[in-house]
Amino acid sequence: MVDFHGWSMPINYGSQITEHNAVRENCGIFDVSHMTILDFHGEDSELFIRKLIANDVKKLKQDFEGLYSAMLNDNGGVIDDLIAYRLDSGYRLVVNCATRGEDLKWISTKVKDYEVEMIERDDLSMVAIQGPKSSEVLSKCPAPIVRALESKKKQQGVFGNNMFATKTGYTGEMGFEVILPHDQAINLWKNAVEAGAEPIGLGARDTLRLEAGMNLYGFEMNESISPYECNMTWTVDLKDEKRSFFGKESLLKQASEGQHLELVGLILDDRTILRQGQKLQFVSSADLEGIVTSGTYSPTLKKPIALARIPKTTEQICFAEVRGKKVFAKIGTPRFIKEGQFIFKERT
Amino acid sequence: MSTTNEIRYLASHEWGRIDEEGILTVGISDHAQDLLGDIVFVELPDIGKTLEAEEESAIVESVKAASDVYSPLSGEVIEVNEKLLDEPEIVNGSPYEEGWFFKIRLDDGSEFENLMTEEEYTNSCEE
Repeated sequence: MVDFHGWSMPINYGSQITEHNAVRENCGIFDVSHMTILDFHGEDSELFIRKLIANDVKKLKQDFEGLYSAMLNDNGGVIDDLIAYRLDSGYRLVVNCATRGEDLKWISTKVKDYEVEMIERDDLSMVAIQGPKSSEVLSKCPAPIVRALESKKKQQGVFGNNMFATKTGYTGEMGFEVILPHDQAINLWKNAVEAGAEPIGLGARDTLRLEAGMNLYGFEMNESISPYECNMTWTVDLKDEKRSFFGKESLLKQASEGQHLELVGLILDDRTILRQGQKLQFVSSADLEGIVTSGTYSPTLKKPIALARIPKTTEQICFAEVRGKKVFAKIGTPRFIKEGQFIFKERT
Repeated sequence: MSTTNEIRYLASHEWGRIDEEGILTVGISDHAQDLLGDIVFVELPDIGKTLEAEEESAIVESVKAASDVYSPLSGEVIEVNEKLLDEPEIVNGSPYEEGWFFKIRLDDGSEFENLMTEEEYTNSCEE
């Protein structure tokens, strides 16, 4: 068990690699109650959320549907990444636990100008059930609400019996996230484990998200990194020209000046893991330098992989000096595995 | 006085087991493998290499971190456990038997007694 920003959490319940493989091949269950849940109610709630985050919740077609977004500061740097859900009366943001303090400070200052009430839902737990067999596991749990999820598409959700369940996740596998009162969460956990879900710790949560090419705050992103530099361009919605959001002007300026850094994926044939902060160099561009944002051993590929922020270049290979040795890596897309399949595309 | 096949330790979590010919088999402790978590790569010294006591001699890398393995005593590397290159997880499953790293011919077998006993090592882990 480790202290994770004030929460006592397991790195692993047994073997981290076994847990990782359980999610890729069967079904895993995660206690992610450390995530911060913020509800927004009031007549200005839509107006406020559209101003607060870079993606546009206006495009959510139905209640309980979610979208991934960055919340930016005035310089266009990422304060946090989050999921915004439409509720039947307002919006719900699920933000990171590590950034809770900064988020609350920022949002509280901004919300003052709106007819909006913000409520932190620390009365709720959050459980993720992920993997190719997650539907099967959930169907064995005695909670009728989850049955209603079957007809839903990715990112959509349902609400009933105090349970808020969505087809979302942080693993690259199909699966569900359920937000519910603490006592119900304990029951769901017990039922899911009985139905075959393996408990998964923080360690495998990290290797799963890294293989899936999903960002982790403090690694791929921080307050001085723009969404353009961390593979989040697709989450910045500029379609509604009339909509203003925090950081928009800086982003427009950056877009007109051109992008200098980008997030890429690395695969190594070497038996060395590149860790966060590792400097990267390029054989034919000696003046350029990149940096590893996250690196691990991929249990699915049985090779080291990494995400890295590097200057815009057409280089196909980079190298790092680790313990006095040059280690080479292939550069490609910042995603490796989706629903068990290898999707990394190396540069050619 | 030490006895043959006794295991002794470094505070940095390596163990050494001595045989009657003064050959020391070296590995990492159960406590160390537990701290590291799933081990995914092992780098071993070259056979014939002369190691000093407490010299970096091998590398063990887990999903969490890379860590140096120090030679408990000085001597020449005479054998390495190549099985670990393809199946490093053996170290997690059997740290004292199948998961040994390398063997050295000790320069001076009497130095073995300078290493920590099991009790001393266990106490040092609890500190």
